[in-house]
Amino acid sequence: MSINKIQTRMKEQLPEERRKNFSEVPLGYTKEEALIEASRCLQCLTRPCINGCPVQINIPGFIKAIKEENFEIAIEIIHESDLLPAVTGRVCPQEEQCQVVCIMGKAGEPVGIGRLERFIADWDLERRKKGEVRLPKKAEPRGKKIAVIGSGPAGLSCAVDLIKMGYEVTMFEAFHTSGGVLTYGIPEFRLPKAIVNEEIAFLDKLGVKRIFDYLVGRTSTIEELFKSGFSAIFIGSGAGLPQFMHIPGENLGGIYSANEFLTRVNLMKAYKFPDYDTPIKHGKRVAVIGGGNVAMDSARTALRLGAEHVYLIYRRSREEMPARLEEVIHAEEEGIEFLLLTNPVRYIGNENGLVQQVECLKMKLGEGDVSGRRRPIPIEGSEFKIDIDQAIVAVGTNPNPIIALTTKGLKTGRHGEIWADENGQTSVPGVFAGGDIVTGAATVITAMGAGRNAAKSIERYIKGELT
Amino acid sequence: MFKILKKEELGPGMILMEIEAPYVAKSVEPGQFVIVRVDEKGERIPLTIADFDREFGKITIVFQEIGKTTHLLNSKKEGESIVDVVGPLGNKTEIESFGKVVCIGGGIGVAPIFPIVRKLKSKGNEVISIVGYRSKSYVFWEEKMKRESSNLLIATNDGTYGEKGFVTDILKKVLSSNSDIRRVFTIGPVVMMKAVSDLTRDRKIKTIASLNSLMVCGMGMCGACRVMVGGETKFTCADGPDFDAHVVDFDSLAKRLAVYKEEEKVSFDNWKESEKV
Ligand SMILES: Cc1cc2nc3c(=O)[nH]c(=O)nc-3n(C[C@H](O)[C@H](O)[C@H](O)COP(=O)(O)OP(=O)(O)OC[C@H]3O[C@@H](n4cnc5c(N)ncnc54)[C@H](O)[C@@H]3O)c2cc1C
Ligand SMILES: Cc1cc2nc3c(=O)[nH]c(=O)nc-3n(C[C@H](O)[C@H](O)[C@H](O)COP(=O)(O)OP(=O)(O)OC[C@H]3O[C@@H](n4cnc5c(N)ncnc54)[C@H](O)[C@@H]3O)c2cc1C
Ligand code: FES
Repeated sequence: MSINKIQTRMKEQLPEERRKNFSEVPLGYTKEEALIEASRCLQCLTRPCINGCPVQINIPGFIKAIKEENFEIAIEIIHESDLLPAVTGRVCPQEEQCQVVCIMGKAGEPVGIGRLERFIADWDLERRKKGEVRLPKKAEPRGKKIAVIGSGPAGLSCAVDLIKMGYEVTMFEAFHTSGGVLTYGIPEFRLPKAIVNEEIAFLDKLGVKRIFDYLVGRTSTIEELFKSGFSAIFIGSGAGLPQFMHIPGENLGGIYSANEFLTRVNLMKAYKFPDYDTPIKHGKRVAVIGGGNVAMDSARTALRLGAEHVYLIYRRSREEMPARLEEVIHAEEEGIEFLLLTNPVRYIGNENGLVQQVECLKMKLGEGDVSGRRRPIPIEGSEFKIDIDQAIVAVGTNPNPIIALTTKGLKTGRHGEIWADENGQTSVPGVFAGGDIVTGAATVITAMGAGRNAAKSIERYIKGELT
Repeated sequence: MFKILKKEELGPGMILMEIEAPYVAKSVEPGQFVIVRVDEKGERIPLTIADFDREFGKITIVFQEIGKTTHLLNSKKEGESIVDVVGPLGNKTEIESFGKVVCIGGGIGVAPIFPIVRKLKSKGNEVISIVGYRSKSYVFWEEKMKRESSNLLIATNDGTYGEKGFVTDILKKVLSSNSDIRRVFTIGPVVMMKAVSDLTRDRKIKTIASLNSLMVCGMGMCGACRVMVGGETKFTCADGPDFDAHVVDFDSLAKRLAVYKEEEKVSFDNWKESEKV
């Protein structure tokens, strides 16, 4: 049998339909499709995909198990390295990680590793929903309490590992629900909340104590947590501080940070207003500033709230966009209008203080900068205005400063990121950190890897092997 | 869940609630607030902590019924619970031994100014308090305020109690008869805080206003609460809520407070309909 050179397509909602609803866009593989895709893996000896994966999932191993219809084994293999495969299968940038190095890609398309991961994770979730949950073995109780701050991917994975090691784990979350960006940031149509919740329900079953509405740094400090009996603390508080461009008019009504816009819609369910109480403006002509995943998510959300025009304004060209290619394509298909090599310089409002126009400058690309991307240079005299009634600023986030400001001796970097060594240990003994709070805005899988790495270090610290 | 331990009506549509929130009570300082969510479909709204009892793990909030959420909150009875109380949020009010100070509370703003007055007094300050209400029936916490102030002056808009007029009318007199005022604290409607600030600016008396911007998160991660202070964008919840009133752009604050007028009306009308049924 000859092997398909191209990936088995995954069915999707058609652009015309999906731009009006919040349901998930890619629909997942059927069993037959998954088996066909799994059979495309050559089980090569070099296994480059494993090193391409930030948490080194045994990819050929789980694909082989799928091919042999040993789904139970497949999910077990993934769970050894990745605790949230239904999430990462959907949102990981596989095209830059495991799939970019797949040898099938040399003469065709790489194996659809992410799609297979999602398939098997969804199979597992279905099984769990029916009550067939098999909890991993927990080690003997160690009689030590560990605090985990933040319930994003970093905190979640750290908590799960620690509880399996036999520690008592308490997770402190500032919001009223777990998940971090998975819950308040990434929209429903890309990551259904039911899936996130199902993955998180696992924590409760394992016995992680979850405390909500608790903002460490304000509700209590790190020092006070130690005093109340915790032996070690993991900080996974993310990069939640939105940046603005500080251009004139940016505080006009109708201008949102992407964080506010997405939090209103995803966490507070403003898209169901007035059934839910939190309001959101339904812009007709919306400008989204930025070119990353957050910008794509914001633009596609604005469209689903009923916008007639959504302009994605990005100062470099399409090639430099940091967003996942798949999301860029989805956005284009749905009719997002890309204004590339364009940069906003000011907003203009009406007498009620509501935004009415954005003035932009055209840009051209100059030399490469430190990031290797070519630097955008404004073209003089190229100003033009666009009529808008809403703008969403998605130009990046910085680590949340509250914990660093209230913890004596905690070393931080230039943008407020908490400094941690390769073990995840910070400058304060017994305090560990990982995920976006350390790296700045990154990815789900790296945050998860950092949480797990810190869990290992915490164990060593408790045993006295780390000073 | 956070239990309502006590509920009391202080005046027309002005409600006091004591809520069981031990973590908040333990660390709160005057000037800080909580974000409250009443039920699963509810909005997050900020309310200042008007009093607290560390030993019994409870905090006091005092709110004015305005729209949907404050009405919904008032529909909860003693013994019932609300889903979220997060805090204490924001920075504590900077309180030292200044000497002679003036504290000005307007309407519901009297409640949050109270713990500030109390702490100022405990630090040995001479506190002149000026409180303003719409009318006599709205007057609350007179005794409490009198107890902690060196002097309590009351204004009502219609003259049914205390002096007729606004707090700023009284403030003018206080400023002209006291040349040694070191600091002014003000909490209340935006127009009032702006008027206070205009009076103290020329006299160069440092004035602290506690701003009431719209908020979503209350912890510095959304920017809903941004205000212009001294030409810079600040987040009220994380950098404030107290700011130097003389450099706050009150006009843009007022405009931002009105952004959701239409939606608030829809929400409130729906609420009234559902209450009829
Ligand atoms: C809109 C959007 C789209 C994205 N899309 C992708 C994608 O497609 N693929 C991908 O891999 N990555 C994506 N990312 C990035 C990814 O979500 C993050 O890198 C990842 O979530 C970081 O995990 P974390 O655990 O470090 O932090 P977070 O997920 O940010 O979680 C931090 C948690 O800590 C809580 N917290 C903060 N401070 C405190 C405190 N003081 N006390 C208590 N709790 C606190 C927060 O409320 C939050 O719940 C996206 C991000 C956004 C915003
Ligand atoms: C730091 C801070 C402390 C506050 N402390 C108190 C307090 O102790 N007692 C009290 O009665 N009120 C306080 N407020 C105001 C209170 O949050 C609002 O009155 C409340 O949110 C109104 O909700 P609603 O749904 O009933 O009315 P809505 O229908 O939502 O609004 C009616 C009007 O209230 C104002 N408002 C609405 N939402 C907010 C919001 N999130 N923040 C501020 N104003 C808003 C707007 O001007 C709006 O036009 C405080 C606000 C802030 C920012
Ligand atoms: S309310 Fe979200 S940043 Fe202040």
